[in-house]
Amino acid sequence: MLKGTYRVKTGFAEMFKGGVIMDVTTPEQAEIAEAAGAVAVMALERVPADIRKQGGVARMADPKRIKEIMKAVSIPVMAKCRIGHIAEARVLEALGVDFIDESEVLTPADPFNHIDKWQFKVPFVCGCRDLGEAARRIAEGAAMIRTKGEAGTGNVVEAVRHMRILNDQIRRLRDMSRAELVSYAKELGAPVEVLEMIQELGRLPVVNFAAGGIATPADAALMRMLGADGVFVGSGIFKSENPEKRARAIVLATTHYDDPELLAEVSEDLGEPMPGIAIEEIPQEQLMQYR
Amino acid sequence: MRIGVVAVQGDVREHLRALERLEVEAVPVRRPAELEGLAGLILPGGESTAIWRLLKWSGLVEPIEELHRAGVPLFGTCAGMVLLAKEIVNWPERFFGFIDIAVERNASGRQVDSFETEVEVAGIGTVPAVFIRAPYIRRAGPGVEILAEHRGQPVMARQGTVLVASFHPELTDDLRVYELFLKMCG
Repeated sequence: MLKGTYRVKTGFAEMFKGGVIMDVTTPEQAEIAEAAGAVAVMALERVPADIRKQGGVARMADPKRIKEIMKAVSIPVMAKCRIGHIAEARVLEALGVDFIDESEVLTPADPFNHIDKWQFKVPFVCGCRDLGEAARRIAEGAAMIRTKGEAGTGNVVEAVRHMRILNDQIRRLRDMSRAELVSYAKELGAPVEVLEMIQELGRLPVVNFAAGGIATPADAALMRMLGADGVFVGSGIFKSENPEKRARAIVLATTHYDDPELLAEVSEDLGEPMPGIAIEEIPQEQLMQYR
Repeated sequence: MRIGVVAVQGDVREHLRALERLEVEAVPVRRPAELEGLAGLILPGGESTAIWRLLKWSGLVEPIEELHRAGVPLFGTCAGMVLLAKEIVNWPERFFGFIDIAVERNASGRQVDSFETEVEVAGIGTVPAVFIRAPYIRRAGPGVEILAEHRGQPVMARQGTVLVASFHPELTDDLRVYELFLKMCG
């Protein structure tokens, strides 16, 4: 009987496909997410929009908060640790969270390295902006990838940018000869072996969700149309006027992304979405995606 | 033979791939019309609560009930087993309830306790089995045939046209559990 194997980790991520993972900050919000059909919740102290507004150092959530949320729902609970913060990750693993997001939404702890995720039994999801970043995270043992987008903005443009770039790079990789692949690995800063695996499969070897700026059912459907296996919704639900209705609408839109009539129906009368931010208005050093 | 895979949420691709390897026509099902002409239907792994809500909101619950009444075999893995069970001991909802078993959701524990092993399946032999936050069968009615156990715990069962497994044959390359289901489909 083997626990924490790569198959057990990546297999678990496969179960999320077609689903929505929702950021929650309280047990009540977690229950709303579960009732709305979320496949998992991300337990946080503050949603990305508030982290962005309040500034300062954003850290792993209080274990008490995470435990309360784990108790409140039967669906898997994820939690975020800072990039490279091995100790926060060990704490989250000890708490029994089901997945760790080594996340750029929190303030990075290690300016050089990400966590060696092979050392853990709990699976990790990591963000990427392009194929090089995805391949490096996979080499470090990530069992799931999400495109980064720009969290807490309610603006889907960066999520689209990252998914478009990733798709384009995978498409180019598919037709490359061995020599071209090695050269491309150098250009991307990506391990050759991981690129070989991606070339053979024609896609990433792990599940890939979209994240960062998804605020409406149509945003979720758009990311699915671009090839995302599912979506993370951060501030988009509980910073909107009617979280229950919006959460359910986003869940339906993620499954039926190719049914415009259904999208029209579920998009109706959802109340105010979260306020959005134009990316150009954010000072370069405050963009989370470059972490 | 055409076999459907409920495709509102979950590890649909893995089931479709296994069926295709057996040279069976495999159809993802997200709409009622896609249930037509099926010789069997698979309910995949995923989140049972999410899949159930999506089935309801997509108008698929009643058509699947009709399919079952018409005698079309069903096979549920993990979440699919929870959806097919008559009783869920640690959850207030009941889903399809087509097989007379009581299951406990997430009985194998949280993800850090998920595991892979081998189980002995009646009539097949030893198969690799991946258990992910897996449900276990806590009670089985008199008409239910237990096909596999893990450490004394029933993890695979059949009653009439309904087959269920706690584990995920779709995450391994072993196709014998599918062959067993396809035999039920005629």
